[in-house]
Amino acid sequence: MNPIAPILEVRRITKRYGAVTANDQVDLSLYGGEVHALLGENGAGKSTLSKVIYGFTRPDSGEILLAGKQVVVPTPREARALGIGMVFQNFMLIPALSVLENIALFLTDLPFIVHPKTIEKRIREFGERFGLVVDPSAPVRQLSVGDQQKVEILKLLLAQARVLILDEPTKVLAPHEVSALFRIFESLKAEGYSILFITHKLREVMACADRITVMRQGRVVGGFGPGEADLDALVTMMFGGQEAAEQLEPAERAVPPSGVGSILELRGASCPAQGSETVLRGLDLTIGAGEIVGVAGVSGSGQKELGDLILGLRSLSVGSKWFCGVDASSWSIARMRENGVAFVPEDPLLMAAVPGMSVRENLVLGTGSRYWKGVSVDWSALETAMGESFHALAFPVPRLDPPAGALSGGNLQRIVIAREMAHKPKLVVALYPTRGLDVRSATSVRDLLRRAREGGSGILLISEDLEELAEMSDRMFVLYGGALVGEFKRGEWQLEEVGHLMTGSRGAAHA
Amino acid sequence: MPESRLAATLRNSTALRSMLRYSAISLTALAVFAAILLLAGKNPLKAYVDTFSYTLANAYGFSELLVRMTPLLLTAVAVALPSRLGLINVGGEGQLYMGAWLASAGALLFPGAPRWALLPLVAVMGFLGGALFAALPGVLRAAKLVNETIATLLLNYIAPLIVSYSIFGPWRDPGSSAYPQSPVFPEAALLTSFFNTRIHAGLFLALAVLGAYWLLLEKTHWGVEMRAIGGNAEAAQRLGIPVAAWIVVALAIGGGIAGLAGMGEVMGVHGRLRQGLSPGYGFTGFLIAWLAGGRPLGILFMAFLFAIITSAGDTLQITQGLPYAVVNILLAVILFIVLARRPMRGASK
Repeated sequence: MNPIAPILEVRRITKRYGAVTANDQVDLSLYGGEVHALLGENGAGKSTLSKVIYGFTRPDSGEILLAGKQVVVPTPREARALGIGMVFQNFMLIPALSVLENIALFLTDLPFIVHPKTIEKRIREFGERFGLVVDPSAPVRQLSVGDQQKVEILKLLLAQARVLILDEPTKVLAPHEVSALFRIFESLKAEGYSILFITHKLREVMACADRITVMRQGRVVGGFGPGEADLDALVTMMFGGQEAAEQLEPAERAVPPSGVGSILELRGASCPAQGSETVLRGLDLTIGAGEIVGVAGVSGSGQKELGDLILGLRSLSVGSKWFCGVDASSWSIARMRENGVAFVPEDPLLMAAVPGMSVRENLVLGTGSRYWKGVSVDWSALETAMGESFHALAFPVPRLDPPAGALSGGNLQRIVIAREMAHKPKLVVALYPTRGLDVRSATSVRDLLRRAREGGSGILLISEDLEELAEMSDRMFVLYGGALVGEFKRGEWQLEEVGHLMTGSRGAAHA
Repeated sequence: MPESRLAATLRNSTALRSMLRYSAISLTALAVFAAILLLAGKNPLKAYVDTFSYTLANAYGFSELLVRMTPLLLTAVAVALPSRLGLINVGGEGQLYMGAWLASAGALLFPGAPRWALLPLVAVMGFLGGALFAALPGVLRAAKLVNETIATLLLNYIAPLIVSYSIFGPWRDPGSSAYPQSPVFPEAALLTSFFNTRIHAGLFLALAVLGAYWLLLEKTHWGVEMRAIGGNAEAAQRLGIPVAAWIVVALAIGGGIAGLAGMGEVMGVHGRLRQGLSPGYGFTGFLIAWLAGGRPLGILFMAFLFAIITSAGDTLQITQGLPYAVVNILLAVILFIVLARRPMRGASK
């Protein structure tokens, strides 16, 4: 049923951000009347590619062809004029305005005097044709997430888009809304629209995609035509398959210390969620002394929530949390930290430092009352202790007077780490600790976590980088939809199986 | 070269630099206001000379400036302190009234108490009145229920009504039936006056509070925590700083300081509780704190300047026949100039 010529074709698109090549010679073609799934892990380059197509980013090289003709897409406005529309993960709607007003705002071809009746008629027309029925007069804030998504799609259809890019559209949807979305896909396909469906959920891809392109580390690593794909092949392609797993075989320390008391234990821990957060359900997790426990999962599986739960930022609704044999379920974050919990965050400027304060003041933050002297701070004691910490970590001691906000990401991460490691923590919670760091800084962070393990600390390493997890972890858990769905010992895991669990394409294995 | 040394001194001395900055702001504002006076057919030069001779160049006028400056210093610190945590306290006016109210209650409940007991009691109650009144929005904000800006603003309408109720009702002075006000407070509750003027002990209290504000924020570990919350609330939370508690405490301290301003007005100036005891000191204090960017020296300078401006309103009314409201134009001009330059430190969230 595919016409011979593709509607949209991208050829040899390359896009670099500094040292990172987000897209490397990417080719993709999109035909009329098909759902084309773009599949890949986080950071595989899917979003970059869609941004290039939608005119958000200029590629370094490569070309885009629309109906066989080469086009330049400098801005999203141009993309829309060319009939390309995109639905972002975060909807671009104004909650206080009605559906009709939101859609009218998006249309560029409106007459000077707007006739709401005409637009309303078109909304109803398209709505009935494609199963996108929404009350045009309802304010958007009253709509469910699924209905808001319908409005986003309607916007594009009324603006006469023929190519629809949807970036992880199912992430925010409930299961029944997902199947409704797939029915909408079907009716759009029937009328010749092309849909580029970006996701990392394998089951959904199998359910609705005609063709599949898989990306890994910025490259297209394979594709499947209608009916060709099977889950195993997809997982192998996405995560790099067997050979990668063998490369990452552990060198030392195959045996986690047994018999040593646990540092942290979660027993049936559940925790409610607000807004777009993930509900944690019945987690059982033990972190022993001298052990790195990795947590794998695709983004939004509850990683941040798990970290926050352990740190004491969230309270448990069911279950309990034990720290060094003591019930710590109701401990505040201050108390957890005082008792030896350290936190190495993803983005220190956002989560662990105050940009407007000096490096010296940032070093004292989070040390509780350790360096208090009367009503003031014992700055010289602090400087001595932190100096030792920098020395022990083999970091250069930074200048203490400039504001933290003036430092580079890697240097700031070093300051945060020196502070967190200064008091020999029993437990280190590392939340994407190397994300956004250059290779050298990332390596030094990993070395540091290993050294902390040698020193007897328990370490929880939350990461989306499977290679990092495979390299570092003594044990590894897989988090999916707020539940732990798999546990592996070092040397026992197969990347393929981890991939299946991460993407929800297979039920719990060892859990 | 002497010039370069001067330039270096300027660069290095933040105090000197901010003094220059405020002077530049004031001069620009005065120039614009002069143009407005010209448009109104008045002689700006004469207006300024009059203002000068009735305020700065005149012992009585100068003492009145200091009297006016006293509550302004306090209401400005009441705004500046919470602003360092990123909190916007617009409730100085209401907190001032509640401080005056509770201080009055202290004076009226223990009329026979000796001075050594009554004076501190009245001061503490003044502080408490404002503190409790500001702690309420603090709790609502800490519980993530209501934005503190809205809550403090709305409470401004309630406090004067509580004062009015009291002086129309239970506390009404039977001796002055025509005029709703409380009886005169016992001598032991009143703040000492100095130099045979209306300057009262509240001025020294206000200066002490300003100094304490600076010490608290810059020199104590509590100050480090508070500034961390203002600088990055998410990080502060993650580092175990008790953010919610600090929000309540900082707003309460701020409110308490505004309450001291109210206490000073009733115990130092009026000697009794009456309606309209503040011509908007709370709001002017907000403006001062904003213009000064929360800096203590800036607050001192700006409070003095605003005392002159509000006195100028009275002077221009008498000597030039201009309505008092013209000073609002001058205030607005100053605000515009400052807003055009830079936003308030710590106010952005």
